[in-house]
Amino acid sequence: MSVEILMPALSPTMEKGNLAKWLKKEGDKVAPGDVIAEIETDKATMEVEAIDEGTLAKILVPEGTADVPVNQLIAVLATEGEDVKAVAAGSGAAPAKAEAAAEVPKAAEPATATPDVAPAPVAASGGYDHGNGKTPGGRVFASPLARRLAKEKGVELADVKGSGPHGRVVAADIAGATPGAAKPAAAAAAVPAPAARAPAPAPAPAPAAAAPSNAAVLELAKAYYEPGTYEEIPLDGMRRVIAQRMTEARQTVPTFYLTVDCDVDALLKLREELNKSAPEKDGKPGYKLSVNDFVIKAYALAFQQVPDANMVWGGDRYLKLKHSDIGVAVAIDGGKGLLTPIIRKAETKTLSAISNETRDLAIRARNKKLAPNEYQGGSSAISNLGMFGIKDFTAIINPPHATILAVGASEQRAVVKKGELAVATVMTVTISCDHRVMDGAMGAQLIGAFKRIIEKPMSMLV
Amino acid sequence: MANNYDVLFIGSGPGGYVGAIRAAQLGLKVGVIERQYVGGICPNWGCIPAKALLRSAEIFHYIEHAKDYGLVAEKTGVDIAGVVKRSRGIAAQMSNGVGFLLKKNKVDVIWGQATLTAPGKVSVASSAEPAPKGALAAGDYTAKNIVIATGARPRALPGIEPDKKLIWTYFEALAPASVPKSLLIMGSGAIGVEFASFYKAMGSDVTIVELLPQILPVEDEEIAAHARKRFEKQGIKILTGAKVSKVVKGADNVTATVETADGKVQTLTADRLISAVGVVGNIENLGLEALGVKTDRGCVVIDGLCRTNVPGLWAIGDVAGPPMLAHKAEHEGVIAAEAIAGGHAHPMDKLMVPGCTYCMPQVASVGLTEKRAKEAGYEIKVGRFPFIGNGKAVALGESEGLVKTIFDAKTGQLLGAHLVGAEVTEMIQGFVLAMNLETTEEELINAVFPHPTVSETMHESVLAAYGRAIHM
Repeated sequence: MSVEILMPALSPTMEKGNLAKWLKKEGDKVAPGDVIAEIETDKATMEVEAIDEGTLAKILVPEGTADVPVNQLIAVLATEGEDVKAVAAGSGAAPAKAEAAAEVPKAAEPATATPDVAPAPVAASGGYDHGNGKTPGGRVFASPLARRLAKEKGVELADVKGSGPHGRVVAADIAGATPGAAKPAAAAAAVPAPAARAPAPAPAPAPAAAAPSNAAVLELAKAYYEPGTYEEIPLDGMRRVIAQRMTEARQTVPTFYLTVDCDVDALLKLREELNKSAPEKDGKPGYKLSVNDFVIKAYALAFQQVPDANMVWGGDRYLKLKHSDIGVAVAIDGGKGLLTPIIRKAETKTLSAISNETRDLAIRARNKKLAPNEYQGGSSAISNLGMFGIKDFTAIINPPHATILAVGASEQRAVVKKGELAVATVMTVTISCDHRVMDGAMGAQLIGAFKRIIEKPMSMLV
Repeated sequence: MANNYDVLFIGSGPGGYVGAIRAAQLGLKVGVIERQYVGGICPNWGCIPAKALLRSAEIFHYIEHAKDYGLVAEKTGVDIAGVVKRSRGIAAQMSNGVGFLLKKNKVDVIWGQATLTAPGKVSVASSAEPAPKGALAAGDYTAKNIVIATGARPRALPGIEPDKKLIWTYFEALAPASVPKSLLIMGSGAIGVEFASFYKAMGSDVTIVELLPQILPVEDEEIAAHARKRFEKQGIKILTGAKVSKVVKGADNVTATVETADGKVQTLTADRLISAVGVVGNIENLGLEALGVKTDRGCVVIDGLCRTNVPGLWAIGDVAGPPMLAHKAEHEGVIAAEAIAGGHAHPMDKLMVPGCTYCMPQVASVGLTEKRAKEAGYEIKVGRFPFIGNGKAVALGESEGLVKTIFDAKTGQLLGAHLVGAEVTEMIQGFVLAMNLETTEEELINAVFPHPTVSETMHESVLAAYGRAIHM
């Protein structure tokens, strides 16, 4: 299958650039890593590297073309065993964003040249193949909008089950599809060389495209159930925001997960002692520390020990935070909603201060009395489902956070200590990390620091 | 069990008769219960006779402007009896056509007033109207499925109830004995402005009073403003944000008290008043309450496949809620028939229902208006192309008009199209297809539009949305 080379994005905000120079000619052999073209913006010039091996079959945007939109098809690579001429001919029929190409008179030429080479096998067998929709077996039927959304999202159309007439893939099908199918998305076929770690243009999660399909989604859902056997409950504002943000996070944040078991016997013992010795205040203990209060403090200290992990995602840069502002997920309305009030500068606060502040914030969160600055921002967040007996789980990152800590129940488990079976109280925690911000080793350092602190809880007191 | 059907439609309007034919095509035993007009309002007292009248108005308008085309027309005039006769003839022809189609598809027509007595059971009482040939008589009928397709009727405002003489609804307005010298029209929806255009062309002094700030309230603001300018240029007086608070009837005229939003009160006297303030669903006397059928604001509540909350009971068309348009009813008829037959029915997407208004100039639209697109959170690209840049429109002598297209800036999805001008009601279907096929701007830009046609304005409008219109 031929490979489409698209105009790469040098930065996530780049919309168009100039195709400065082709370093390979049509017919040239190309190996992965070869520089094939130079792209420039007003800020920089970058080299485009080939990812795949093959022969440059067709250049669709000539060098010197200004303002080429990101993701426009600029060339086609014939892979091994493919007829270069056929690929070149077929590429002309591809929807090379003709409207953009036509804006530049030169760029329009390859398209108009298509009819001359139309008899070539590919063009003849499937003249309207649109690259993405093409499979070795034949053509994938998809609406134009579905094709465009799939391309932006990096979804292989051939992997999507179509719900339209005769299995045609329609826009609503793409909304539910997951990117990153077997082959890298076409958009990734050409990546600017120095930008190997720069993300492909972060596609906005097209809520706009999903929005009109709400009615269709509803009708399809209702088609399965007898009227009268269900109740329709419209989303309230909070649920709508949660749905939108979590969908966005799941679809756009490349997340990896790291899990560790923490031995919390020492922590539980310390907690008991501290709670017993709590000074009286108005006839009540001045504080009553929960396990979660320790978790907050330990997580805050861990960020101070691994300051490079205390970052949030900012598109083309990170924001490296100074303090450990820790969000604590609070279920409200009997589980119908969720707020994440933030303990600011948690690394500087005592356990009792954290405990009291958390309690106050949680109460006000449940009463929906929080001011926006009390739940917006922050370094990271903690979701603790231990009180529900959940052993371990993974949480979804709340952007722009780069991490979230999922905390399970503290329970007695059989463990091996110094070669002997023993009983220990173990709490399993899983950290979700945004790979755009940190790599596995950094995530491991962070969760490792957390484990050390939580297992040696006295360190939290000094 | 001669009286037992797979499906019975109550009402033979565009929803009922189309659904009945589709159900018959799918091999079901089908009956249609009708009490008054085979074919319902649309061919008898709605869309079709209104278009016949407007065609006369249009031709008269051209005759009046013969000079503009280098032609001579003398001793021109209106024979209102002739105009109405033509319209009624066409209505009769269309109604007969519906009867023929039902017969051809072996759909029984049952004549009378239907009441649901139990799930699957209908009692039909005889109607005062003469039954058409071959219709089955009143009696008790049963069916596995019953589809309520009873349509709607003009809404009456308290104190301004239509009386057939001085205060008209579309029934009287479609068959006037004479052209009123002056005419007050309450409501500027499709019905209101179509009659405004017709009677203005026939020589009436026409005033429209609209409660909302814009005429054609469901249309895009810019298109409505364009239409308003054209109406006013023709001499139609328009009061928006204005309410008829009181009507006093004289011997052969009415005097209306009109309050405008700025608090001003004025009285307007006219020979006749047309009440065109919307329609309400015919949900009464059907036995819906006893069966516990859910209704909302005068309409039966249905899901996307036209099912009511009572198993085996369906509802389609005007009685099942807005938009109250014949083509929406027809479509729902087909959906219901296919769902009943157990086939693959696609749910209704009301956003894809186009609207056409046959005033002069015509107005046509589909999808989201600019305002609604913004409210829905879209970042949009808007294209506009005026008819003055289109050779065919200028050659037709129709150089005023506008095509507006609205795209999602992120995905290129066509979100809406809004047209005003000559022939736009025939053109809108291009955009309807485009939206249904989920085209982006790219396919529309790449499509070849024939020259010279007014439809080229559609192409140019899309080009304009992407900053590349040619003839502008």
